[in-house]
Order: sequence, then structure tokens, then C-alpha cells
Amino acid sequence: MDVKKIAKLAHLEITEEEVALYTPQMANIVAYVEQLNELDTSSVEPMLGGLTKEGELTETRRADVPHESLGQEKALDQAPSAVAGHFQVPKVL
Amino acid sequence: MSEIKSNIKKSLDNAEKLNETLNSFLKIEREYALNRAEELEKSSDESPLKGFAIAVKDNICTKFSQTSCGSRILGNYRPQYNATAVDKLLKAGAVIVGKTNMDEFAMGSSNENSAFGTAKNPWDTTRVPGGSSGGSAVAVASGVVRAALGSETGGSVRQPASFCGIVGLKPTYGRISRFGLVAFASSLDQIGIFGQTSKDAAEVLQTVAGRDANDSTTAAVEVPNYADEIGKDIKGKRIGVPRALFGEGLDNEVRNAVEQSIENYRSLGAEIIDIDLPNSKYSIAVYYIIATAEASSNLARFDGVRYGFRAENAHRLREMYMKTREEGFGAEVKRRIMLGTYVLSSGYYDAYYAKAQKVRTLLKQDFLNAFDRCDAVLTPTAPSVAFKIGEKTDDPLAMYLSDIYTVSANLAGIPGISVPCGLSSEGLPIGLQLVGKHWSEAVLLNLANAYESQFPLGAKARFSVAG
Repeated sequence: MDVKKIAKLAHLEITEEEVALYTPQMANIVAYVEQLNELDTSSVEPMLGGLTKEGELTETRRADVPHESLGQEKALDQAPSAVAGHFQVPKVL
Repeated sequence: MSEIKSNIKKSLDNAEKLNETLNSFLKIEREYALNRAEELEKSSDESPLKGFAIAVKDNICTKFSQTSCGSRILGNYRPQYNATAVDKLLKAGAVIVGKTNMDEFAMGSSNENSAFGTAKNPWDTTRVPGGSSGGSAVAVASGVVRAALGSETGGSVRQPASFCGIVGLKPTYGRISRFGLVAFASSLDQIGIFGQTSKDAAEVLQTVAGRDANDSTTAAVEVPNYADEIGKDIKGKRIGVPRALFGEGLDNEVRNAVEQSIENYRSLGAEIIDIDLPNSKYSIAVYYIIATAEASSNLARFDGVRYGFRAENAHRLREMYMKTREEGFGAEVKRRIMLGTYVLSSGYYDAYYAKAQKVRTLLKQDFLNAFDRCDAVLTPTAPSVAFKIGEKTDDPLAMYLSDIYTVSANLAGIPGISVPCGLSSEGLPIGLQLVGKHWSEAVLLNLANAYESQFPLGAKARFSVAG
């Protein structure tokens, strides 16, 4: 398992020490979950999401009526860096 | 001083005093709670939970307090809105006294993954309180509050309830709104309830249950009057026991206590029948694929842009994301994000995630088959009593296996409850678990109440409120 590559996909800048720690631990967990291969599931439908039958039958649509939004000030209130009504981030490129 | 205010003051004093030893609260809101008590005192409304002190896990949004999820990446983040469950509690007159300690982002079974130090078990402070909702369990077990909110993805309310000698309820998927509960694994997450007794848990459930337009996973299923069910005779109730799960890995003292509880139920008139849950042995494997996959997606939002912590000294955007997440998340959260990323990655999706979803169908079917023959299924809540702090931190898989009896209910979406059923030779609490068919919380609460009224634990945590 290429933990460095996985970390990059997950946007985690992990250290060499962490690679050494996580590699055997994750390999161990993956080996454990592979016991599912014992089961023949070729004729089983997957369970998608967690809804009960009643949950699936519940009407979740609502009238398309605008309601008050959070507003710029509140939306930016917890930002680590905000300037002139925007979130501020380092250069993209 | 008025009665409500003096009760709340007592709760706050106890919280502050015990927190030095137990670390169950990440934030105690003294001024807020006292002001609220004063307001309630002035109001003539006779709301059902008026003046009822309650603690809330720190992954449930409160605009009057922090919501850290036990993580450095959120720190003292303050939400812009209350969770629906919080609003409902407040509307019913409850007083939230503080936010409780937890494993970071609810990932853990011991509370040791909190970025702010582990909460301690009030029965023996060298031991874990369980997790991930450890702080809420401790707040109830130590007598600071009568009830608390936690959250459940794989047993995070029932397992700490078992370790701390109190009642812990995980409701049906869709019973309580998750609006304002910080998401971990969305097909599994539910808000759960701790109570000193099942009646306390029922009172809180009554208040927070029901459909919420802000959470499309809540179901339009009528909320029964739970108090009406509690106290009914349990004679003739059928309790299924899956003996095959009482084998390997189960601590002897726990087995004996749970066997005794089965006999106790029989003596109360319940009919005990043997059942089989043939796919239960796969539950941990299914869980750690589905939960990590969903977590890797849900936790992508923590990137240092809109809220919380941002790493310094990053000169490019991607570098800022990567450093923020590296420094902001703890080891277990990173491990799970990476596992989830791996099982969802190109070329592996069908082998892991799609496979797990199919086995999840089989697990759920096992329960539905069992419930054709019985009203509830009884097992231990956890395979052992509370373990020592540090005992399992080096072995993530061993830690995961402490959820072996609880994760199936989350996978099947069914309700479950943990009830104290005995003490080990070292005086540590043991819990029995009952799970039932979808929407059968009333049945479980009644069975739990019957047990605790006839077979009370008869002991209190060493560190708890006197009197």
C-alpha cells in the first residue's frame, strides 16, 4: 500500500515517521476487512445509505420559496482570513 | 435563590469541581447557564424539561458555546446556529451547562483521541470512559447532569454508557434530526442519549425526536408517547439471544453478568429464544470500510478556508490545505481519512466499498429475520469492562474490536440501548445491550426500565456527586 500517495490524495502532508507508523497499521486493517471476500454477494443488492423503509417514503421536497440566507458578515465571521467581503487564501498557482 | 437557579448552580459547581479529575467537559458555560436559569424562573411556561440540566457532546452545534469536535482543526469554533436537537431542548426548558469531551470527530472507542486530553472513567480514573461520547457519559455517571446528548456512528453512546454504568440509547436512523451534528459517516450517524435511568433518556428522546425539514434523512414517523410505554408488564416479550456471539473475545465476567441478566429477564416473564445472526462476524469489517469512506468525504471540508485552524507559512493554496490538515487532525482521524480514501480510490472501489454495501444488506436482513421471531435481541454491549488508559492506543484494530457488539445496529439502522447489568470483581460496570426493530425505542425503553427497576446496579461511581 502506497501510504504517501494516499495521503496526497487526501490532502495530508504526512511525515516520514507517519508513513512508517501508518503503513503497517493500515495494511493490518485492510487485511482484516478482506475477510468479506469469503462471502458470495453476487446476487445481493447493495444497501445504499442508511434510510429505513419509512425514511425512503418520507416526502422531502418542499416549496421552492426563498428564505433568509446567513449573510456575508456571519458567513465570514469564523474565517481564519477574510478581506473585503471574501475569504482570503494563499496564491492558487 | 430560586429552585431552578440553585439546581443549575449546583450542577455547574459539580461540573467544575469534578472536571479537574475527570476532564469530561471541554467547556462549562456558567454565565450562560445561570442567565438562562434566571429567565426560565421568570417564565410561567410549564415546559416539559424546565430547569433540567443537560450536557451536550462537542460535535453538536451550539451558537452560545464552542463546537470543537475534540479537534485542533476546529478549536474554539463557534457555530452560527443551534442543532435542531439543541433548539428543541431549549424550547422544552432544558439548561445546557456545557460541551463535553470526545474522541476527535467521534472517531474512537476510548476518548483518548481527544485533542484536549482524555476524559477519565469516574469508577476508576486509570481507565477510559469509553468513546467516542466519553465526556457525556462521564457527566451523567458522575451525577453532574441527569442526561446528556452524544452521537453514535458505531456504538459511541452505548459503549461508554456500558463502561460508565448508565443508560445509553441509540435511536433508529431518522428518529432524531442531525441538523447541526458535525458529520462523520452520514449513513450511520445518529444523535444518541445518555440518562441516569431509562426514564431520563425517554424524556429527552420525547423532546428531540421527530421529522425536521432541515434534515432530509429524518422520517415522517409518528413519535409515540414514550412515558406511556414505560412501566408496562414485559411478560411474554420475546428476547432473542444470539449465543454464537458469546464466544471468542468475550471477557468471562461480562459473559457471566450477561447470562445472569438473561435469567433475570426470564424471571420477569420474558420468553428467551435462540436466534442466529450469521453475518454479524463481518460487522466490524463492513463498518470500517463504510465509515472511513464516508468520513474521508465528509472531512474534506476542513481545509483552513472558511472556519477553524489554518496552518501558517504556506505560500500556495494546496500547500495550505495539506499543512492545515496535517497539523489540525490527530493520528486516528488521519488514519481513517486515508483508509477511506484508499477504499474509494480508483481500482479499489468495487472490491471494498461496493462489497461492504452488499454485506451490509445481509447484516440488516439477519436482524429483520430475527425480529420475525422476537421483540428485541440481547447481547453484551462491549466485550470487556472499561480498559486501562493507554492499553489499546498502539493497536487500532484491537480498539476497533471493542465495538463488535454495537456496530451492527448502526449498519442496520435499528435502535439499541445499553443498560447496566452488573459489576465486575474489580467493581467496574458491565452493560447489557438490547436492539430492536426500526422505530421500537418504546419497547427497548420499557425493557430497560423493567430491568433497572428490578435489578438496580446498587452502586455509584467513585467520583460522583454526593447525595
